[in-house]
Amino acid sequence: MKDLLITGGRVIDPSSGLDVEQDVLIRDGRIEAIGPELPNEPIRRLDARGCVVAPGFIDMHVHLREPGIEHAETIESGARAAAAGGFTTICCMPNTLPVNDSATVTSYIVQRAREVAIVNVFPIGAITKGSLGEELAAIGSMREAGIVAISDDGRPVMNARIMRRAMELARALDIPVIDHCEDLNLSSGGDMNEGAESVRLGLRGIPSASEEVMVARDLLLAEVTGARFHVAHLSTAHSVGMVAFAKARSLDVSCEVTPHHFAITDRKLATYDSNYKMKPPLRTQADIDAVIEGIATGVVDAIATDHAPHAGSEKMQEFERCPFGITGLETAIGLSLTELVHKGRISVTRMVELFTTGPAGVLKLDRGALKGGAPGDVTIFDLEREWTYDAQQSLSKSRNSPFDGYRFRGGPIATVVAGEIVWQREGG
Amino acid sequence: MTTALQTAGLLDIESLDRSEIESILERAHFFQPIQKESFRRFDTLRGKMIVNLFYEASTRTRVSFEIAARRLGADAVSIAAQASSVSKGESLVDTLNTLAAMRPNAIVMRHSASGAPHFLARYLAIPIINAGDGTHEHPTQALLDALTILGRRPKLEGLRVAIIGDIAHSRVARSNIHLLAKFDAEIVLCGPPSLLPRELAALSPRVHLSYDINEAVRGADVIMMLRVQLERQHEAPMSAGEYFRFYGLRPEHVARAKPDVIVMHPGPINRGRELSSEVADSQSSVILNQVENGIAVRMAVLERILA
Repeated sequence: MKDLLITGGRVIDPSSGLDVEQDVLIRDGRIEAIGPELPNEPIRRLDARGCVVAPGFIDMHVHLREPGIEHAETIESGARAAAAGGFTTICCMPNTLPVNDSATVTSYIVQRAREVAIVNVFPIGAITKGSLGEELAAIGSMREAGIVAISDDGRPVMNARIMRRAMELARALDIPVIDHCEDLNLSSGGDMNEGAESVRLGLRGIPSASEEVMVARDLLLAEVTGARFHVAHLSTAHSVGMVAFAKARSLDVSCEVTPHHFAITDRKLATYDSNYKMKPPLRTQADIDAVIEGIATGVVDAIATDHAPHAGSEKMQEFERCPFGITGLETAIGLSLTELVHKGRISVTRMVELFTTGPAGVLKLDRGALKGGAPGDVTIFDLEREWTYDAQQSLSKSRNSPFDGYRFRGGPIATVVAGEIVWQREGG
Repeated sequence: MTTALQTAGLLDIESLDRSEIESILERAHFFQPIQKESFRRFDTLRGKMIVNLFYEASTRTRVSFEIAARRLGADAVSIAAQASSVSKGESLVDTLNTLAAMRPNAIVMRHSASGAPHFLARYLAIPIINAGDGTHEHPTQALLDALTILGRRPKLEGLRVAIIGDIAHSRVARSNIHLLAKFDAEIVLCGPPSLLPRELAALSPRVHLSYDINEAVRGADVIMMLRVQLERQHEAPMSAGEYFRFYGLRPEHVARAKPDVIVMHPGPINRGRELSSEVADSQSSVILNQVENGIAVRMAVLERILA
């Protein structure tokens, strides 16, 4: 049952510039043809009239919490949430227990994903052992076991010399280095963006500069080493400017932004709701404007969710004690359509690019295009339907979303992985 | 008609209307002379139970709330949270759920985390009175400071108020800034740079910043000194000696203010650290009046929320 005919949808494929109402035929789990009125034979069909049919969306930055923190999420539950959010491929960060810093852990994740995940899962390996920032992890062995990038996400490498060595190695292995750019000395103890709001609320601030000095450092190291370097969840105006500058110098650098960093500001913190607490923190309207400008002009390569599930009890504490991070898989398309496309900031094709060819290019994945022979991964979404997100109905094991109760215009309708419909919106 | 105060309690000054503040101060003014009659009681809150939940050590605020509750005929139970199940790892929500099951009519809460009462107010239907949350607000302190100033000045409008010290970590400063700004007083904030973030100026157009105490106290009607909150500072801004030299209040500073300047301090004071003994004991100092007025203000707040 790996054959499927998706009929009548508006097919958008940024890789080929296609934007036309046609059918998509998947046979044996791979794209076979795209065209008008494909063969009328007995085959499973999916009616996509009124919807956009796009290459399978890729989220290059999620936390699946397995192994070790399964009460918050598992590879299985995270993959289900991904499918419900319209993603066919996700890349999981290494901050599990133990940290994914060896081929053993990488192999476990790959094997487990094969058994239980309904979407494609690609692990990202740690840069340093235990992500402690002291000694390089077994990067070559992890590469052989299946990692697609390295990152010490959440525990950034503070020692520039070690970062340099990691970049040199990553270059030789042809994988990107992804950095969660944060100078831990500057951000230490902070709970939200430093500025007028943190001063008003009496919460300790995380200055924009704590991100920017590390973006600057890493871009300089990328130039020294020639490595492919990717800024994770970029959040400030200056970071956008520096990445644009590095790109203008033809460095092999890229960056991603999360939906929450282009949708909401630090003014949301006034309720002390820990579902607005994440790193980097929600910034100001000026930062949002710069980030959206970067998305529109091509400085930003990908939208990634930084899906970071936390069990309810962990977020039900005093704000300063709550862990950082929010879920995001199920709201990414809704937010992108509502905040970017419907507000006229980018075209729907550009949005598809940010979820497909963008991340696929950063990671050199042979995905994100609807071409013959490619994996039969397809994301089908609606542009206009209004819907309300209910975090209690989430397929993730966690509920820590600031977008609970948000009204969206447009969202995912069905998710197809290798020709299988792995998720379909109820009632439609 | 139920007001926001009656449903949510008193979480901060920032969200309070000026008229609401005026009516609390008016009622507190009525309660003021009662301090002199130690046996005088009311039965306005007879049959009501108030839980004082203090997650942070406090003597004067806790005792002040207890006395205020009893003077109004309410039952008051105080829980020092360090000694209770909190230290056994029970979460804030669990503790509060347990307390809520005891059906108090209000919870008075002091906590070291900013926003802790706001967090609970979202989950509990019981009014919560913030008795100081982290480095955010301490609303009843600002109300009693206003009452104290009004004991020496006819109105708050147009007064020049200098607030000096560790503004960054001061919940007293924040509540006072919001209250005084609502009454169009001029506010000068003064302290060493790391304790005086520039963004404080965004709190109100009435707020000005200065790093120079001589400049800050010039022509002041009120000088509010803040306690140096060593427990909240994560790195020392300067040595104690240097701090007192540049930001400690001494008689020569008081001389630069208005002749009838009022010197205030939320207590407990560190003599020789924030202000010299001469200033603490001088005629200008109203520090003990502040303590007395605390009870009157808290009676007014409890009555307004519970009666």
